[in-house]
Amino acid sequence: MRSRARILGLLLLSFLAGSAAYAQQQNSATGPSDIVKRGEYLARAGDCIACHTAPEGRTFAGGRAMPTPFGTLYSSNITPDRETGVGKWTADDFYVTMHRGRFPDGGLIYPAMPFASYTKVTRADSDAIFAYLKSIPPVNQKNREHDLRFPYNNRELILGWRTLFFTEGEFKPDPGKSAEWNRGAYLVEGLGHCGMCHSPINALGGTSQSDAFKGGLIPMQNWYAPSLTSNREAGLGDWSIQEIVDLLKTGVSARGVVYGPMAEVVFNSLQYLTDEDTRAMAVYLKGIAEPAPRPPAATTLPSTESSLLISLGKTVYDNKCATCHGAQGEGKTPGWPPLAGNQSIEMESAVNPIRMVLNGGYPPGTAGNPKPYGMPPFAGQLSDNEVAAVVSYIRTAWGNRGTAVSAREANELRSAPLD
Amino acid sequence: MVAIGVVSVLCAALGRRVRMRSAIVGLAWGLSIQAFPVSAQTSGQPPDTMAARVEACTPCHGKEGQGTSDVYFPRLAGKPAGYLYNQLLAFKNGRRKYPPMNYLLEYLSDPYLQDMAGYFAEQRPPFPAPAASDVSPQILQQGQALVSRGDPARQIPACGSCHGPGLTGMEPGIPGLLGLRPNYVSAQLGAWRYGTRTAKGPDCMQQVAARLTEADVTAVAAYLASRPVPINAAPAPKGSYVLPFACGSEPD
Repeated sequence: MRSRARILGLLLLSFLAGSAAYAQQQNSATGPSDIVKRGEYLARAGDCIACHTAPEGRTFAGGRAMPTPFGTLYSSNITPDRETGVGKWTADDFYVTMHRGRFPDGGLIYPAMPFASYTKVTRADSDAIFAYLKSIPPVNQKNREHDLRFPYNNRELILGWRTLFFTEGEFKPDPGKSAEWNRGAYLVEGLGHCGMCHSPINALGGTSQSDAFKGGLIPMQNWYAPSLTSNREAGLGDWSIQEIVDLLKTGVSARGVVYGPMAEVVFNSLQYLTDEDTRAMAVYLKGIAEPAPRPPAATTLPSTESSLLISLGKTVYDNKCATCHGAQGEGKTPGWPPLAGNQSIEMESAVNPIRMVLNGGYPPGTAGNPKPYGMPPFAGQLSDNEVAAVVSYIRTAWGNRGTAVSAREANELRSAPLD
Repeated sequence: MVAIGVVSVLCAALGRRVRMRSAIVGLAWGLSIQAFPVSAQTSGQPPDTMAARVEACTPCHGKEGQGTSDVYFPRLAGKPAGYLYNQLLAFKNGRRKYPPMNYLLEYLSDPYLQDMAGYFAEQRPPFPAPAASDVSPQILQQGQALVSRGDPARQIPACGSCHGPGLTGMEPGIPGLLGLRPNYVSAQLGAWRYGTRTAKGPDCMQQVAARLTEADVTAVAAYLASRPVPINAAPAPKGSYVLPFACGSEPD
């Protein structure tokens, strides 16, 4: 019995030794580029480039200005330049930055860097991203000092924010869910840092766990980031997995199109993810959507004022919109999105439909949809009344159950920032 | 606590690039299979043409890029494709600042911008007749002198030395100057002068415009806008003439 066990043990040992040798061979055959490639991919998933590359600037050399009412922040150089970048950092330093939101010297990082999400990234993934960053060409470009006014230039204030809203910790898979769901959750909650926009920001500028992915107006940008959990907003519970995958990967789908800030995310990040990862995100996103009953149709009789509004809205619609979106709001998918039964047209916040009428927009150009169709901006052609009328019309026509909007709301969004 | 709150609002508010909340517009769910059988969906797709793809440009620039009644929105039709592409790139990258344009182009690929440029370069809608000028004959004369001869004493070249003897521009990067309205021309010359409009270095147009006075700008814009457009308004082929100085927009 003992000898049999020993033989088995030896066999196992030799098998293990063999596979270790095999693994080593694999590593040396493909070299360190494997980890670099994986890091590049993960850096895409984290959309690092969106902030760490300035317009017409060198890749990852930072210096992108982020204006705020309190001053301007400038993103940092994350190329491996020893003097001005992360050239002297170790993988440990990088992990501490990602995981704890602190510089190698212990300094506090403004939570504009989404470390509250990146804290969920595994050590192995953090190391891969760092290996990739070490492999790119170094750029000698000094970080620009943030230009924040007193008292916002006091970094110690970040401590308060951290106490309230930052929980350190890597992603913990939910054993009750599939591997695919967990992979999706890891990407959405971690590198994807979707919660930075899709979670409401409370009065103290943070997001509470219970409100995760419930949507909210983006400060400074005046776009509404719809809830990812409510099917009355951008909740994807009623969508097929393929439709969600199409939207994330190409920017357009049979059910909808991304515009505005989400176009950036698809353009720089999501379109590069593998089919498996996109699918995992779709599975997770569909899974977190909670069914929400549609609001009852309006029961009160329309007032004279609102019927005038709607009738003006129909006139505007027939003149300006129907050619593409169809007389019944049916659209021509995926290029010209339908408006009838459209969650983002009907949802409580009318910010996005108003802004689309005023500013128009192009979905992102992606490998899957390289030549998107664009929506014209109507700010110069339509008065505040006409904008309010046509948005009220599309929110209430064809069985849509949104509410009317006022000329004042339309007027206020004329000055919403576009850059 | 309040201060912390404000800072944290700030931190969360760095939304512009930081991570932008999604704006998903166009999420539709009401289309039933019965209403749109597969064949109908196929025929229901938008036309596979550039004209349909550049609909977004037309409220300001006209259906064929001929311009609209707004005097600050230029005609695009027939300008050299290279020039139009450079402008689209400059708007995309934010070098040329006009937020409605910057916003529209930000997430489009360079090859697609090239297609858009090519599309408008090929359009040939008729030019409108030059509008009657509201400036004095003296100012028009001053404009004519600057456009046709420049002012060597101030190192101002004649417009035609770069924009062509017929002022119709040259492929690939130099635009024609006729068929544009005075407000647009003077706004652009002003922007070059003040450095709010720039191009790849050497930035020849900025160098020239910096030597112009405000009165020069008014005169040049008025004179150019008063000129009829020749029957053949196409830009001259690449290399038709030698530029008097190096220009980043028209590499050798």
